[in-house]
Amino acid sequence: MARKLLLEHINVPGINTFDVYRQKGGYAAVEKALKTLTPEEIVEEVKKSGLRGRGGAGFPTGMKWSFLAKPEGVARYLVCNADESEPGTFKDRYLMTYIPHLLIEGMIVSSFALGAHASYIYVRGEMMPQIRILEKAIAEAKAKGFLGKNILGTGYDLELYVQPGGGAYICGEETALLESLEGKRGNPRIKPPFPAIAGLYGCPTVVNNVESIAAVVPIINEGGEEYAKVGVGRSTGTKLISAGGNVKKPGVYEIDLGLPVEEFLYSDEYCGGIANGKRLKAVVAGGSSVPILPANLFLKTINGDARLMSYESLADGGFVSGTMMGSGGFIAFDEDQCIVRNTWNFTRFYHHESCGQCSPCREGTGWMEKVLHRLEYGHGKMSDMDLLVDVSKKIEGNTICPLGDAAAWPVASAIRHFRDEFEWHVTNGAEAVKRNYGLAHYADPLPKPEAV
Amino acid sequence: MKVTIDGIPVEVEAGTTILNAARIIGGDIVPPAMCYYSKLEGSGGKCRTCLVKVSKGSEKDPRPMPKLVASCRTTVMDGMEVQNITSPEVIEARKGIVEMLLINHPLDCPICDQAGECDLQNLGFEHGAEKTRYEFDRRTFEKIDIGDKIQLHMTRCILCYRCVFTADQITDHREHGILNRGDHSEISTYIQKVIDNDFSGNVIDVCPVGALTDKTFRFKNRVWFTKPVEAHRDCDHPGCNGKVTLWYKGEDVLRVTARKDVYGEVEEFICNTCRFDKKKTSDWVIEGPRKVANWSVISANKYDTLKPLPVVKTNPVLVEANKEQFERETRL
Repeated sequence: MARKLLLEHINVPGINTFDVYRQKGGYAAVEKALKTLTPEEIVEEVKKSGLRGRGGAGFPTGMKWSFLAKPEGVARYLVCNADESEPGTFKDRYLMTYIPHLLIEGMIVSSFALGAHASYIYVRGEMMPQIRILEKAIAEAKAKGFLGKNILGTGYDLELYVQPGGGAYICGEETALLESLEGKRGNPRIKPPFPAIAGLYGCPTVVNNVESIAAVVPIINEGGEEYAKVGVGRSTGTKLISAGGNVKKPGVYEIDLGLPVEEFLYSDEYCGGIANGKRLKAVVAGGSSVPILPANLFLKTINGDARLMSYESLADGGFVSGTMMGSGGFIAFDEDQCIVRNTWNFTRFYHHESCGQCSPCREGTGWMEKVLHRLEYGHGKMSDMDLLVDVSKKIEGNTICPLGDAAAWPVASAIRHFRDEFEWHVTNGAEAVKRNYGLAHYADPLPKPEAV
Repeated sequence: MKVTIDGIPVEVEAGTTILNAARIIGGDIVPPAMCYYSKLEGSGGKCRTCLVKVSKGSEKDPRPMPKLVASCRTTVMDGMEVQNITSPEVIEARKGIVEMLLINHPLDCPICDQAGECDLQNLGFEHGAEKTRYEFDRRTFEKIDIGDKIQLHMTRCILCYRCVFTADQITDHREHGILNRGDHSEISTYIQKVIDNDFSGNVIDVCPVGALTDKTFRFKNRVWFTKPVEAHRDCDHPGCNGKVTLWYKGEDVLRVTARKDVYGEVEEFICNTCRFDKKKTSDWVIEGPRKVANWSVISANKYDTLKPLPVVKTNPVLVEANKEQFERETRL
C-alpha cells in the first residue's frame, strides 16, 4: 500500500480539530518554513518537487509562483480556489470537510512563500458546511498563534479569509473567481494581463487549487526532492482521485501518480471493480470536461501499453485516443449506461453554467444541448452528429476562457468514440427511449496497428 | 513598431491593438467588430468576430500564437505577423461565430428600426451563411419598459456590453446591467427602473443591433428612406457640443443621432436634449449632407445589384419583368 501524503491521518478521530491535528505532526511545515526557510527557498522546494496544479490544467505550481510580479509597495495575494463544481470531482470538499487544518497549514506556508499578508479561500456557495468548518478551523489556528499578527514570533503577519461564492461553475476559472471575489459579476477577464501581474484588486495574485496548496505541506516537511521521488516522470507526488459512477467503492482515494488504471479500477484497495458484476463501458478520467474514452482505449493506450494514472499517460494519444488528468473526477460507466444521455447531461450543465460573455460559448452550448436532447429522445437525424462536431469545433479555442473548450471536448470525443451508439439512437429512435445500446464492442481488444 | 497584417506592413505605436493597426491600413483587412468600441474603455473581446491568427508572435519570439486571438484586445509586438482574410482558419471561425450570433436572433429586420444601419445585418451579409442549421425555437424574453425615450428589444441583443460601458463611462450613473447568465443573460434594470439621465440616449447609438432603439423614431420610417444631414446647435449642457446628424424625410426631422464614422462608432456623444427634444429644423444650424455614412449593406447598394436570380434566368416572362424593374430602379 502506497504511502499517503495528504490523507495519512484522515481516519484519526477528531483530526478536524486543531489539537489532534497538531499531535499528529500538523503545523510542522509552518514552523519549519517560517523559522528556517526564506520565501525563495520555499518556492525553490516547490519547483524541485515538480508539483503540478491539481485543479485541472496541470501547470507546474512552482513556475506559477515564480512568475508572480513583486513590485515594491504593492500588496500580493494568494487565493485558494475551492470553487470545486466540476461534475464528478469532490476531492476538495472531502479534504476541507475532514482535514481542514491541512489546507490552512498549506495556506500559511504558501502565503509566506509569496509574501502575501492577506489570503482568501474562495469556497463554492453550495458548500456551506465546509465554509463553517474552515471558519472554525481558522479561528482555532488564530487562537494558537498560527494566524494573525507576528506568527510564532517570526514577525510574519497573515490574515486568512473565507469567501463564499454564489455557486457558479464559471467562478472556478481563476479570473472569474477574482472578479467574483472583488464583488463583481463573475465574468472571466481577458488575458493578458495574467493574475500574476494584475489579479485581485489589480495586484499580483496567485490562484491555486485546494489540493495544490495542501500538497505544499508534505513538500516542506520532507523536501521537494523527496516528494519528487513519488510518481512517474513529470507527474510527481500523489493525487486525490474522486472515484464515482458504477464502481463498487466510490470515494476519494489518494494515489501515487503512475498507478496503472487497471489496478486503480479493479483492485480492492481502490475502486474494487464495477458494481453488480457488470462490465466497464466507458470512463471519464478527470471530471466532466475531459474527453470520454471507451473501455478498451482507456485501459490500454493505442500502442497497447497499459495506461497509468499520470498526466502524460492519460494524455497519451492526444485528442484522438487519449484523455486528460483534469481535476481527478474519475467516472466509470457500466454496460447499462447510455453515452448519448450522459453527453446530453454534461452539455446541459455547460449550457447552464456558461457565463454568457462570449458568443460562441453562450449560443453554442445551448445549441448542442438542444441537438443532444433531440438525439436522446429519439428524434435525431443522421446529420446531427456532424453538426455537433462542427459546432463543438467552432466553440473550441474561440472563447475567452477554457469553459468553451470544456464544453466542446466531451461532445467531440463522445461522437468520435461512440458514433455507432449515436447512430443507433437515430435509426432506432423508439427503441432508444426504452432501452440502452449496451456494451457493444467498446471493451473489445484493440486491433493491432498494421505494420507499414 | 512594425506589424504586418495580411502581408501589408504598417508602423504603429506600442500598445496599439491589432484591430486598430488594421484600421490604420483600412480596407478589407479590417476585422469586423461587434462589441469593441474605441471610445469605450474596456470594451471588446466578447463577440469574437474579430478573431485573427497570429502567425508570428514578434521579432524576438517568432512562435505563432496557439489559438486565434481577439484582435481588439491583443496588442501588437514588434515584427508581429497577423493573418486575417488570408487565413482559411479565421474565415471559418468567423463564419461559425456569425452563425452563433444569429441562431437566437429573431431576424425581424423587416420591422426593426435598426435595419439599414445594423452591424449584425452587415456582418451576416458579408460573413454569414445563407441558411441556418438551427432548428429550434429562438430564445425569447419578457418585455420590460425602460422609459419613454428608449425601446429595449432583448431578443435582438447580442450582449456586446457596449451599453453597459456607455452608462458607466458617459453617464453619471448606471441603471441597467446584465442579469442572469449564459444564454438567459439579459440587459435589464433590476426591479424595473427607468433609464433616464442626460446622456442615456447614447446607448441607442452604441448598440450594434436593434436591441436599443429610439422610441421617438419608432416605426416612423426606414433608415434608408431618410437623408442624413450634419447640423449643430449651441447646447448648454456641459459635455455635449451639439454636433449631430439629422435624419430628414422631406421637411421633417425624424431622428437625431450622433455622427458615426465608417466603423459605426460615434465621433462625439450627445445629450438627450439634442437627441430627443430638438426635432425642428429651426433648432439647428445646418452644415450640409453627411458624407461618411455607415458602411451598411443598404447604403452600399448591395441589395440593388438586381442580378437576376437563377429562377428568373430560365423564365422569359420573369426576365422581361426583371428588366423593367431594373430600368425603373435605375431611373430613380
